[in-house]
Amino acid sequence: MVLQRTFARYAERTAFERPLTSGVAYAVRVLHSEREQFEKHQGWTIKRMDILEQKPVHKDDYEPEALEPSPVQEEYAPVIFAQDTVSHVISLDLLSGKEDRDNVLRARASGKGVLTAPFRLIKTNRLGVILTFAVYKMDLPSNATPNERIQATAGYIGGIFHIQSLVEKLLQQLASKQTIDVTVLDTTNQSYPISMYDSSSNTSDNDLSYVSMLNFGDPLRKHEMHCRFKEKAPWPLLEMATSTGILVIALLLGHIFHATMIRIAKVEDDCRKMMELKKRAEAADVAKSQFLATVSHEIRTPMNGVLGMLQMLMDTDLDVTQQDYVRTAQESGKALVSLINEVLDQAKIESGKLELEAVQFDLRATLDDVLSLFSGKSQEKGVELGVYVSDRVPKILIGDPGRFRQIITNLMGNSIKFTDRGHVFVTVHLIEEVMDSIDVETESSPQNTLSGFPVPKRRLSWSKFRSFSQEVPICPSVSLISDPINLIVSVEDTGEGIPLEAQSRIFTPFVQVGPSISRTHGGTGIGLSISKYLVGLMNGEIGFVSIPQVGSTFTFTAVFNNGHSNLGEFGGPQINTQSILSTSEFHGMTALLVDPRPVRAKLSRYHVQRLGICVEVVPDLTYGSWSVLNCGMVKIDMILMEEELWDDSSSSLPIFLNHLRDNDPGAVPKLFLLTNSVSSSRTSNGTTTAIPSKPAVITKPLRASMIATSLRRVMGFRNRTDLRNGETSRLALRNLLQGRKILVVDDNDVNLKVAAGALKKYGADVVCENSGSKAISLLKPPHQFDACFMDIQMPVIDGFEATKRIREAERSFSGEYGRGNGSQDGKAVNCHVPILAMTADVIQATHEECIQCGMDGYVSKPFEAEQLYREVSQFFASQTN
Amino acid sequence: MDVVQLKRQLIAFTELLYREGFLDEQFNQLQQLQDENNPNFVAEVVTLFFEDAERILNELANNLDQQSVDFKKVDAHVHQLKGSSSSIGAQRIQRVCIIFRTVCNEKNVEGCLKCLQQLKHEYALMKSKLETLFNLEQQILAAGGPPSI
Repeated sequence: MVLQRTFARYAERTAFERPLTSGVAYAVRVLHSEREQFEKHQGWTIKRMDILEQKPVHKDDYEPEALEPSPVQEEYAPVIFAQDTVSHVISLDLLSGKEDRDNVLRARASGKGVLTAPFRLIKTNRLGVILTFAVYKMDLPSNATPNERIQATAGYIGGIFHIQSLVEKLLQQLASKQTIDVTVLDTTNQSYPISMYDSSSNTSDNDLSYVSMLNFGDPLRKHEMHCRFKEKAPWPLLEMATSTGILVIALLLGHIFHATMIRIAKVEDDCRKMMELKKRAEAADVAKSQFLATVSHEIRTPMNGVLGMLQMLMDTDLDVTQQDYVRTAQESGKALVSLINEVLDQAKIESGKLELEAVQFDLRATLDDVLSLFSGKSQEKGVELGVYVSDRVPKILIGDPGRFRQIITNLMGNSIKFTDRGHVFVTVHLIEEVMDSIDVETESSPQNTLSGFPVPKRRLSWSKFRSFSQEVPICPSVSLISDPINLIVSVEDTGEGIPLEAQSRIFTPFVQVGPSISRTHGGTGIGLSISKYLVGLMNGEIGFVSIPQVGSTFTFTAVFNNGHSNLGEFGGPQINTQSILSTSEFHGMTALLVDPRPVRAKLSRYHVQRLGICVEVVPDLTYGSWSVLNCGMVKIDMILMEEELWDDSSSSLPIFLNHLRDNDPGAVPKLFLLTNSVSSSRTSNGTTTAIPSKPAVITKPLRASMIATSLRRVMGFRNRTDLRNGETSRLALRNLLQGRKILVVDDNDVNLKVAAGALKKYGADVVCENSGSKAISLLKPPHQFDACFMDIQMPVIDGFEATKRIREAERSFSGEYGRGNGSQDGKAVNCHVPILAMTADVIQATHEECIQCGMDGYVSKPFEAEQLYREVSQFFASQTN
Repeated sequence: MDVVQLKRQLIAFTELLYREGFLDEQFNQLQQLQDENNPNFVAEVVTLFFEDAERILNELANNLDQQSVDFKKVDAHVHQLKGSSSSIGAQRIQRVCIIFRTVCNEKNVEGCLKCLQQLKHEYALMKSKLETLFNLEQQILAAGGPPSI
């Protein structure tokens, strides 16, 4: 839609094309039924004009707000746009003014320009005429009936002419005002001519006057111009010359009016054409987006096939050249897929089809994933890469992990791309934390950064955020979120920065810093604009600070729901409990972290603590540092040390280790080096000597899972030999299961094989079956089986059903047996073969169901030695006793 | 290549598989089940898994190709694959299966097709990785090294 401001500016700019109008205005046709909505949309009520006309107010008293609202009418013609010179007419209903009403009605019925009789103009109180055109919604044929025209009317354009200034202007141009009196009359009504312009003060005889007709383009109105000399009759020659002059004036006046009307008609026509073009352009844009979305999707699917095949080809026996070819093809394919994905996103954004999911996810795990993605690149470049998540961020959030990941991946990807030394550091905090404390700011003072390279002041990256500047609730519009978690995420790098001149346009799609960037670094320049949009969808904002040759920090906020408040409500994928399980083995251990740089120490501590390991931090291993730790009290299980300290600490480390041994002779902490690049990595082998010559190495970027793997590799040895627990249950299991005949039933062959393998390992004699019905027939007493492991979810006859039938068969058998042989209790007991359910989901309900249908217990799939022992020992032990 | 180098390569590769999330702890357990009585246990299970997975992927493709998709069948197949993938510790496939089942519950055909595509992709990756792993082990054996783990 056109705005008033646009219209005013346009009208002003084109004013030279209508030299004699003092203003133009546009009014729309509003039916009464549309009035309410129209007024709501415009924010004002339609005002009546007639009262103004009856008692014209003085210029300065004019108060548009004080005007009376228009009474109920069949239709209205409120002015919505007006050139600034006449902006006071906005909201006035043209149909309520007497002259205007006639004009409007005639104009729209005729389709031609129509002039009013001269009247006192509102506010200025000067005499003027208004030229009105009707604007139609569509092109009408020239022979359209008045009724058709009325129906098609969209609005009216009015041009306002001040007669007085108009004629004066012309006369001045002819420089003869002094000698000629000019009177312009509207003679439409012959008996009451209306004077439109009169330069003479006294009305004298008409004898010497010259009368000429004026044609202003409206056939219904007649205008006359009377000219006469102010002085006595002059020389005839002069008279002739003067009358010629007057004629010229009359012609000029008529011509100018006519030209103006043609101009207005043309402008109106152009406007309609523009609207049409705009509509077509918009339609084309939507079509383009849809096309992109469809085509991108169609390309992506086969591309995945190509990539998969290339990966497989890669793993076959290739020579070096072939490998190089395949790798290149793969890289190109990957680049193409990521480009397609981006284009697809952009297309989705443009067609408004991008929507966010709401599923539970573990933010820390998501970030670890992204970190893994870039670990190769960062190690290659020797850039330190780290992620830190504040403890106050809940473990489980509800939101769109994929899109969150996309934003992070994009920002980190950019950072890694443009950073050749120093670090890339991702931090996640609650907004409240950042707002409350200045802690975050002091962190980013130079020297105290992750890698020691200076970084721009992080605070500046969010200086423009609305939610920070105002004290408003951060997400007032999000009613869906019951327990909002407002995150603020920063990606900080020490890269080459963004040139100042390019900083204003980096969020524009397909725009890169410069043409050379895409040549050296690739990419489409679409990522940031997508990220910005995604951040918007998450009710957040994005901003950055960048200093060329120092680095950039991008910060965004996002609103998620707290995942703990309504666990299980969302049917999203279950949270992987694996990580929690695997961490428990380190729970309660203590690590000593040796790192002189606080920011880095905080980062390392965060990851190690996620494993349940207690972390003590010291800047170095000199006696003064660790003596305060009360090392005698706390058993240190491992020492994590930054690689750069390794060479320096070779002297202090043995002293420290000796000290530890003095306090607790059994304790030999494992030593780990935290290193940044693979090139310097030493062979990683745990060592038991007091002074480790070859410490184990943990390669950054640090991730909980990766640390756990490294720790397990080194500490695991000790776990297996020293901690007898796992081993005992394994031995005991072997004792229990040795020589037992066990039936395993599972419709899944793979599961069957694995379960059978595990039981065989413990010496059992295993028979496999893959359906419930076969199990029923095999377990029909009498039989040789000592126990049965049965999958619950099987087609046709599931585990519950099969067990019920087996139990029935057992009952009827023991009944017969009992009847036939008298009551021999011992035999009857043996009829009950222990059946254990094998299930992947260990839910209470399932457990109860197992017991109800006659099973003896359940074990989780895949088998765990301890649990298996617990369950099996119950009945085997009781049986053997 | 000598045995030591091959072994080093094998360890690095296995580590990578764990780190990139292709395999989880279960695969490790599977390897521990392999002993002199059962020297080819892992390879046998994995081969079985390949056969099973390929059959399921075909079934899934057929099912999803129908005019009206029988989501119950699809779910059953995915459940099957989820079970077998978790048995060998192919956790990336397992994860896709979990998502697949939720999408299937929503009766979202397009989502299912996407998941199937992803499953195929993950499966192809997994297969090639495991084949590489076995190749390395074979080479070690051929070079006279001890059977692994």
